[in-house]
Amino acid sequence: MGKTLFEKVWESHIVDSIENEQEILYIDRHFIHEVTSPQAFEGIRRRGIGLFRKNKIVATADHNVPTKDQHLPIKEVLSKLQVDTLIQNCKEFGIDLYGLGHPYQGIVHVIGPELGITKPGMTIVCGDSHTSTHGAFGAIAFGIGTSQVEQVMATQCLLLERPKTMRITINGELQRGVSSKDIILYIISKLSTAGGTGHFVEYAGSAISSLSMEARMTICNMSIEMGARGGMIAPDETTFEYIRGREFAPDGAALEEAINYWKTLYSDEDAYFDKEYTFKAERIPTMITYGTNPGMGIGIDETIPDNDSDSFKKSLKYMNLEAGSSLLNKKIDHVFIGSCTNSRIEDLRVVAEYVKGKRKADHMKVMIVPGSKQVEKQAREEGIHQVLADAGFELREPGCSACLGMNEDKIPDGEYCVSTSNRNFEGRQGPGARTMLVSPLTAAIIAIEGKIVDTRNYVNKVATA
Amino acid sequence: MEKFKTLNSTVIPLANEDIDTDQIIPARFLKSTTREGFGKNLFRDWRYDSQGDLKEDFILNDPSYSGSILVAGKNFGCGSSREHAAWALYDSGFRAVVSSYFADIFKGNALNNGLLPVQVSDAFLETIFELVKQDKNITLKIELIDQQISIPGTNHKEKFKINANKKSCLLNGYDDIDYLISKKSQIEQFEQTHKEF
Repeated sequence: MGKTLFEKVWESHIVDSIENEQEILYIDRHFIHEVTSPQAFEGIRRRGIGLFRKNKIVATADHNVPTKDQHLPIKEVLSKLQVDTLIQNCKEFGIDLYGLGHPYQGIVHVIGPELGITKPGMTIVCGDSHTSTHGAFGAIAFGIGTSQVEQVMATQCLLLERPKTMRITINGELQRGVSSKDIILYIISKLSTAGGTGHFVEYAGSAISSLSMEARMTICNMSIEMGARGGMIAPDETTFEYIRGREFAPDGAALEEAINYWKTLYSDEDAYFDKEYTFKAERIPTMITYGTNPGMGIGIDETIPDNDSDSFKKSLKYMNLEAGSSLLNKKIDHVFIGSCTNSRIEDLRVVAEYVKGKRKADHMKVMIVPGSKQVEKQAREEGIHQVLADAGFELREPGCSACLGMNEDKIPDGEYCVSTSNRNFEGRQGPGARTMLVSPLTAAIIAIEGKIVDTRNYVNKVATA
Repeated sequence: MEKFKTLNSTVIPLANEDIDTDQIIPARFLKSTTREGFGKNLFRDWRYDSQGDLKEDFILNDPSYSGSILVAGKNFGCGSSREHAAWALYDSGFRAVVSSYFADIFKGNALNNGLLPVQVSDAFLETIFELVKQDKNITLKIELIDQQISIPGTNHKEKFKINANKKSCLLNGYDDIDYLISKKSQIEQFEQTHKEF
């Protein structure tokens, strides 16, 4: 029997299969950031051991950094301590750090791909659940806890049970104005927030292979939101073209040799998946979430469903919404465009293209946070920052920002935020904040209109990623 | 890591489903650089209102409930990979979480910190919630060696699954790193032939 893409990559990284159904998996690249690494460094120190392969670790500061005045010292004392601790640890252990002030700084899942560090066939981990983003390249990439960060620092390996496999196939053509964010919100709404637990997902089909790399990253990024360990997409010409010429990517004969290998990374026709789902691209609407987990999503013109469970009722109460009602015309106070899901240059281009010559609704506060210094630079070079400024939007500096409200970028208690991020959990964007997840285009339209609208009436002339 | 063998305790029931790690400990409380002290912010926004006052209707604030076992609705620990969630529960005195379903990363983090995730059937979970509703003082008995959870004084009991290696780690109080470090020469050997493109 043939092998799945997942099995091909996983099996090429097994150091040993041990009793008790666990395997020792070799890790090619380890990304670290300031929030989930300090306790791991402390563990390494306590054990009196060094790092096993320091050149396989790449560090950045993203979760806890301000998105304004990054050239000044961080004001918040504890945030500063955490960022300073990362700097100190990287210095002590000899790790490459793309911290504040570095031209490569940015959200860890944005900079890995854009620097050409992320490549097909790799195993990649990070103490962050959205590490699944890197799976868009045909890599096995997944989030780990801090104890595992320490394991990888100590041995470049993890002791793991092999996940089951799942394939989600989407064939056909997307409707105008529907983007990869809508695809993944749609999938999660069908499978639920636990539908992928224990599984590694492969996304396949014509609607996936026609997407750009950045759009693919958005899909793989949110695999964790249906509980999956990770998500991946078979590499193809789009992947190879994206990698070519990037800072740390191979070039010349090395690249050709790599591409020859990468071309073997696909699921064989007779490969077996533990679970399979198929969806039609034409059926996928523009999505928006109404509840407090990413599985609670509907088409933007649909009504909120009803459900008897206490958890569902609690969720709607938190959101101050009613079952059976429509979200259309609901006034929105904030729009956040950013996060490892949707903060790349294509996302900013979609937003800029739509808002060009328009002006945001008067009451609306719009925060746009680029995924990295490189994205920010590119946006300036393309004049996107001016288009956004003219529309009344604020382009800030890179970081995780209001996606998780760890820094000052928070949504006030009780107010609604339409967000391109990945989680609408209670309090995620600040205590009492009410988050609705959407695509960048939908966020841009709502920022201009000041309320939730049927976006199909607004996108006739727009091309989308 | 502390050893885990048998746990006999009253329980704190939290029937909500899909409790994510942002609820267990919100991101703004992840700024410490050590593993200690996260317990005070466990379920912070469910325990306290915006003024910092205790919310009396939240079960962790009800002094008539106590114990080192948290019983939670299905899909406990979804979302962020923050190990701080497991640290916060442990720091607050919990030694086991019982649910009918756990998110993968949380489960791994809990096991790496001596906090036992016990996955039971939906029916068994429902039984616990029912019984504790009738009597707050009922206890659960969790026996790791036999992989059994029971409700003493009743006929209710169930076997639970756990990876044999993780079980042995918990019983003996050691972690995966010690084991992996012992495999270093094998890892180095693997690197000789492993090509990264």
